[in-house]
Amino acid sequence: MATFFGEVLSVYSRAVEEEDEEELDENEEDEQIRRELEEKRAVHLHWSPDVTELLRSGNKLQCSSFILAVGHNAASFLSAYVLASANWDAAGRALAWNERSRSGAGRSGEESACVFYRHKDEPSVLICNVTCHIAEDQLFEWTEKVFDCLQSRELAVTVLSDRSVADYKTPDYLCSSSAPFLRSLHSSAFADRPVCPSLEQPNIITGLPAAVLNHCQVHRIAAVVYQCYSDVAGPDSVTVESYKPVLNKLGRSIQVNSPPSTDVLRKFLRSAEIQSNLYI
Amino acid sequence: KKNVSSGFWPNFTHIILIRIWPAVAVGNVGQLAVDLVVSTLNMSRVGYFHTDCLIPMAGNNPYASCKDDTEELHTPAEVYTAAELKLAVLQIRAPILQTRSKRFRQQLVSWIKASGFSRTVVLSSSHAYQRDDQQLTPLRYLITPSLLTTSADALKELSWREMERMPAFPGVKDADAEPRLCIPGGGITKGLYTDSCAEDLPLAVLLLFCSEGDNIPDAFALVNHLNDWLHLLDGQVTLKYHFSCESAEFKRDMQVFKLYLYIFIYFFPDFSYQSQEPNRKWKVPSSWSLLFGSGIPPALF
Repeated sequence: MATFFGEVLSVYSRAVEEEDEEELDENEEDEQIRRELEEKRAVHLHWSPDVTELLRSGNKLQCSSFILAVGHNAASFLSAYVLASANWDAAGRALAWNERSRSGAGRSGEESACVFYRHKDEPSVLICNVTCHIAEDQLFEWTEKVFDCLQSRELAVTVLSDRSVADYKTPDYLCSSSAPFLRSLHSSAFADRPVCPSLEQPNIITGLPAAVLNHCQVHRIAAVVYQCYSDVAGPDSVTVESYKPVLNKLGRSIQVNSPPSTDVLRKFLRSAEIQSNLYI
Repeated sequence: KKNVSSGFWPNFTHIILIRIWPAVAVGNVGQLAVDLVVSTLNMSRVGYFHTDCLIPMAGNNPYASCKDDTEELHTPAEVYTAAELKLAVLQIRAPILQTRSKRFRQQLVSWIKASGFSRTVVLSSSHAYQRDDQQLTPLRYLITPSLLTTSADALKELSWREMERMPAFPGVKDADAEPRLCIPGGGITKGLYTDSCAEDLPLAVLLLFCSEGDNIPDAFALVNHLNDWLHLLDGQVTLKYHFSCESAEFKRDMQVFKLYLYIFIYFFPDFSYQSQEPNRKWKVPSSWSLLFGSGIPPALF
């Protein structure tokens, strides 16, 4: 696309180029490769033994509150403020292999990327931290599989998600001091008041938060997404702090550590430091 | 179908519906045109097309007109109806996953069949840069044999042009290959058309040649074209503006205006100002704002 001033911008086109591809006759080998790739990309859930037992007997997880954190800042917010107390057990994990999975890290690397936690005393609260990339074609499957395990009656879903402020559109110029900030989007069944302003048109949400919200909207589950627009690309303690207003709402169902666990935060911020070897 | 849940689909079986939906294609012209139809006719959402073939997205009400109705969640594919017009519209807002486009087509075709629509109209677009010399006018149509039997007269009256079939090997004469249908950049449009021909569905495709960019004028062109056929806006009241042009002040202003116009035309000779009059009838949805990004820093000035 060329703009008014003549620069050529590479814009995302929705036009699909598959035009002739389909007409080609696929031989058996192509089909087999395609099938194998699809199998490899399938989402797998691994629950702890007691949950597996429960699900096998045909029951679902009794869950009143499901809290999902997508992205490093959101996940470390939950880790520092909520999960740092010793009352949480890992209840399971989800594995989703895709082109961005690190091949060398293998299973151990993926294990930490998408983990479910359950409260010891109050097992109806389920937390999930997602820090890995889930590809576009896996989002729907992930959502279906996870919500298949949960009792959907009287379920309340809260999603925390990271996003870059560059993706936020507003008629006023955003000065650097305004970021990070929160915006919310909720399903029709959500009757509560969100803790922050609603996401303005023409902004949209994508990725896992959108997949979860679509599922909840169609199945009439109360769900709210809190999206944090941050001007820092990597892990950042200021961004982590900006999720704090959500705590008041979460506090009803779970115990919140205040002040946050500094150990968790320190570990989280250090993970960003070792990435750069520019100035050794 | 497990994945196609039409949650709030009311009992519309006694009504024969015409359906319009956009095939996600170059410039999203179909999507924009459907936006205009939904927002102008004030159509109500009656269901979701919940499928794994679309990339998930969500947002607040794209057709919000006042503060009260802004907070309403909208999903990638939704069905809207206007019962009095016997019209149902499927709006697709997200790209189709490339590996699942075939399955998506099948879901759509089986849904159309199950719903028993009397006519289905697909709004779509094709790359402007891949057309040949006989295709220099922008609008084309395609129609399945089963719809042609009922709509042949209407089409003759409209004197529309059918999409040309392209020779398989341009320039090579006496080639045995039959001319074939080509819709580059049209996404699932061609597949849908051929599937509908095979399934004997009454379906028409309205196509526009365009390029990526600001496709709002294209959307108006396509939706006006559609309106010529279906007369969606006949019941609507259109506003007309009158003003006095007798006063001396007005005449002086017109002189100045003409001067500016000449200067403008001198610098931008290619600028073509197509008649905006038919576009006024359509209501532009609020979600079309900020097409070129956020506001600019005031410190620039």
